[in-house]
Amino acid sequence: MSEINVLQTNHICKSFHDPVTVEILKDITFSINEGEFVAITGKSGCGKSTLLYILSTMDTDYEGELLIGQQGMRDRTAKQLARVRNEKIGFVFQFHYLLNEFTALENVMLPGLKLGLYPEAEIRQRAGERLKRLEIEKLADKKANQLSGGEKQRVAIARALINDPSIIMCDEPTGNLDKKNSLIVFNIFKQLAEEHQQTLLVVTHDEEFAHNTHRIIEMEDGRIIKQ
Amino acid sequence: MNLRLLLRIAKSLLFARWRQTLLAAIGVTFSITMFIALLSFMSGLNGLLDGIMLNRTAHIRIYNEIKPNIHQPVNNSKVYKGSYNFIRSVKSSSSRQEIYNSGAIMQALKKDVRVKGIAPNITAQVFFADGSVNITGIISGIDVQAESSLFHFSEYVMEGNPLDLKNVANSIILGKGLADKLMAGMGDIVQVTTVNQVQFTLKVVGFFQSGIQELDKVQSYASFSTTQKILGKPSDYVTDIQIKLNDINLAPEIAKEYAQLFQADAEDIQSANAQFETGSFIRTLISYAVGITLLIVAGFGIYNILNMMIYEKMDSIAILKAIGFSGTDVNRIFLIIAVSIGIVGGLSGLFFGFLFSLVIDQIPFVSASLPGITSYPINYNPVFYLIGSSFSLFTTYLAGWAPARKASRVDPVIIIRGK
Repeated sequence: MSEINVLQTNHICKSFHDPVTVEILKDITFSINEGEFVAITGKSGCGKSTLLYILSTMDTDYEGELLIGQQGMRDRTAKQLARVRNEKIGFVFQFHYLLNEFTALENVMLPGLKLGLYPEAEIRQRAGERLKRLEIEKLADKKANQLSGGEKQRVAIARALINDPSIIMCDEPTGNLDKKNSLIVFNIFKQLAEEHQQTLLVVTHDEEFAHNTHRIIEMEDGRIIKQ
Repeated sequence: MNLRLLLRIAKSLLFARWRQTLLAAIGVTFSITMFIALLSFMSGLNGLLDGIMLNRTAHIRIYNEIKPNIHQPVNNSKVYKGSYNFIRSVKSSSSRQEIYNSGAIMQALKKDVRVKGIAPNITAQVFFADGSVNITGIISGIDVQAESSLFHFSEYVMEGNPLDLKNVANSIILGKGLADKLMAGMGDIVQVTTVNQVQFTLKVVGFFQSGIQELDKVQSYASFSTTQKILGKPSDYVTDIQIKLNDINLAPEIAKEYAQLFQADAEDIQSANAQFETGSFIRTLISYAVGITLLIVAGFGIYNILNMMIYEKMDSIAILKAIGFSGTDVNRIFLIIAVSIGIVGGLSGLFFGFLFSLVIDQIPFVSASLPGITSYPINYNPVFYLIGSSFSLFTTYLAGWAPARKASRVDPVIIIRGK
């Protein structure tokens, strides 16, 4: 495990002001190094998802400092943040979220096409490789809405991998899956972390899942209580 | 690269809901079709109606109006120079209807490069004898060739050869209405009495129909020399000079110039037929208004469908944003969707509009007052197609603008966490 800092937060606070001010996150400070497999756990409503969306740059309404790849995310335009998400962050959500109009392969290719680093043929090949790595290459030409929940989640993971992101963020990736599929997905993450040194940040309340990661950040009432 | 990708996503979204897309496109197609057909037809009709008037109306008419002399002695008097002089009941002096020095004027006009051609004219008020009853009428003495080439005279002659006016001595071409009243047939002799009680017999060599029934009841044509003979005037007697210009829009200006130059009255077509222009203008305005209303209605259809599509595709928009598409990209995707509906709908609208115009063009339309017309008139003006296509793009862009903006502002966090 190297010491290269991938993600760093300094005193992040967030509060809602409607109708009365409620502090959701209080003084969140931690950092993630390259190759770490980190789980954020905590009870429902402790602010872990809110934190994830701040870390993902999609939520910009917070106080404090967020650094991704040692670069500050404050005072960036929406367009620049979109670029950061595209290039540096891979996403896996609880509810699969594939584009139903496209095939599995095309879904995986989309972020790559958006980034535009490689010609289309190469992106197609890279997408194929990632599907293969997750053992779902036979699903490539199926439309997203023809896939089962576990298959969808694996396609979503392949999509998160397409641009070789510096970090993959997951919001309850197994929350909507049965035992068997949860295990498959967990094993994929484990393999990614250990064989490919992929940095992973997973928000989960699945204790078992969390215990098998490298590091647990436990939250309660908007604070980190244990790292 | 980016644009191509956006196009691809837009295409997928469009085809995913192809029924809705088709409906929106059909809306645009329908309105553009109607727009093209309506304008082509209306403008064709306008052209036809205007043609009835314009084809036979001189751009400038030079004549002498019988009116009181404007130079009254009291105005020239030094004593009353500072006063405002009221003169009541001034009578027309013995001014003549004929144009002075007509030969020289015509020479000058023929040399003017702005003038396309001239047709001198004599107007004679006569009575046609119908048994014991006299019917009032007008005989216009014309130069048949000039009249035909400038004012399409021969097109309105339904029976007989217009050139016979020149070739047959003492001949006349009667208006259809007038001939019916007189019960005169080809080759018949009609008797006319001039205002000065001189009687004359003329041979009927043809009938004409102008499309304006009132005119056909009083109007008749004879040759220049015949009319001069009827009136007992010398061969340089001309009461009107009708001028056709190369550019009709210069008429008011040139009319003023000629009035000054030739010391005669000169009337331009714009002031003589002002109400006609207004009529055409209003008709055109109405057809444009209807056409544009159709397009706007289609625009609302697109707006609705796009709005619905955005609600349905909330998830997809959120996902696109999460994986790195910016608000601008999402905005563009929806604008592309809107505008491509506009392009496809608009183009097929132009095509169907053209077909529809062709169909209208084939519908038989025969009217006694419109000689030479066998089917509904259509104006195939490319300008309508240009307006139609640009307006279809414009409306669909506008219709897409608000939904696209809404889509670009979708907050992915709310959608993704919402479930």
